[in-house]
Amino acid sequence: MNINLTLLLEMIVFAIFVWFTMKFVWGPIVGVLDERKASIADGLAASEKGLKDQEMAEEIAKQKIKEAKQEAAEIIAQAKSRDTQMVEEAKGKAVEEADRIIAGAQAEIDQEVNRAKDSLRTQVSELAVAGASKILGKEVDASTHKAALKDLIAQI
Amino acid sequence: MAAGTLTSTEYIRHHLSNLTYGRHPDGSWGMAHSAEEAKEMGFMAVHVDSMFWSIFLAAVFLFFFGRVAKNISAGVPGKMQNFVEWIVEFVDDNVKDSFTHKNKLVGPLALTVFAWVFLMNIMDLVPVDLIPWVLEKFGVHFQKVVPSTDPNVTFAMALSIFALMLFFSIKNKGVGGFTGELTLHPFEAKNIFVKILLIPINFFLEFVSLISKPISLALRLFGNMYAGEMIFILIALMLTAGPVIGIFGGGLQLVWAIFHILIVVLQAFIFMTLTVVYMEMAHQTDH
Repeated sequence: MNINLTLLLEMIVFAIFVWFTMKFVWGPIVGVLDERKASIADGLAASEKGLKDQEMAEEIAKQKIKEAKQEAAEIIAQAKSRDTQMVEEAKGKAVEEADRIIAGAQAEIDQEVNRAKDSLRTQVSELAVAGASKILGKEVDASTHKAALKDLIAQI
Repeated sequence: MAAGTLTSTEYIRHHLSNLTYGRHPDGSWGMAHSAEEAKEMGFMAVHVDSMFWSIFLAAVFLFFFGRVAKNISAGVPGKMQNFVEWIVEFVDDNVKDSFTHKNKLVGPLALTVFAWVFLMNIMDLVPVDLIPWVLEKFGVHFQKVVPSTDPNVTFAMALSIFALMLFFSIKNKGVGGFTGELTLHPFEAKNIFVKILLIPINFFLEFVSLISKPISLALRLFGNMYAGEMIFILIALMLTAGPVIGIFGGGLQLVWAIFHILIVVLQAFIFMTLTVVYMEMAHQTDH
């Protein structure tokens, strides 16, 4: 084992070799490796974000569906209540109308009765005057017995 | 080369000799023609085979990884890009596990160390005789194709890392902090005189542990690969010892090669991990 000039020359070769490796091999390769690592990390982050977005969208969709369902139920309930209300209203109106018709009829009847009573009264007073004049045999002046006739009419 | 005309010792020695270019004792420069000649050159010599294979393997790595890095895209990676990214990410994860500071150099340093050591070690799996035998035909007499079995290579890396360690230590802790680390631990004292008294002891312990880092780093790799290569050579010797032992040797060669894959990867990994750990230690300021 001879130590000689080879040692120094090899040291120089080694130094040059290291420099070459640093400049032309290590630098570009490690740079690209880092670049790729970064892009993979970005991709993973993006996919995670996409998943999160999708989840959020699903959540929103669920919410929307829930809201819509609620609204629909409300509308149906409203419609139902309106329906019953309308029926009630109609019923009320019908009852009212009937009452009104009944009342009208009643009034007419009353009127008719009154009218009949009135005509009866006049006829009664006339009959009474005629009966009295026949009984007395002379003309009876209705105006002089106005009070008595009125009293009579009122009794009928 | 075939061992037929050589004795076993010669064969082994031959295989453990580097192709050396250097200054002969008489002052002229040239190839060494024997191990003795190479030894006589002393420091002024270069292991041509170690240099060639280490640079060649570095170039292979830079060619493939550089090509991928040039056309890289953040989109879906192709097969080659996938493979390259896998390696880079593996190294990056290891760095991130044990290195907690900010330093742009440590990642590429770890990748370089891992890739280079791995590629140099994997040359061990090329059959021991193949490349030397081919080169023999072209008149090249010595060839060690596994650069990590050359201590020059392992020490070159370890000492470079050691230099970086010292540099970052002083940069992050300051000269005072660094010398304090070397002299005020592991024995601490409140009394100033005792403190001064403890400085040489502390310095001795810390200095040994500091120096042992690059040495153990270099020798661990060298020792493992050298021993592995040695076993390949020894098994290869069996191939010349008759048909029965030869076939047995062939089987052993395969078994050892498969086991050696583990060592190849493990040593590269250990070298890389320790490099990162040493860098981490150099950046720790709260000691």
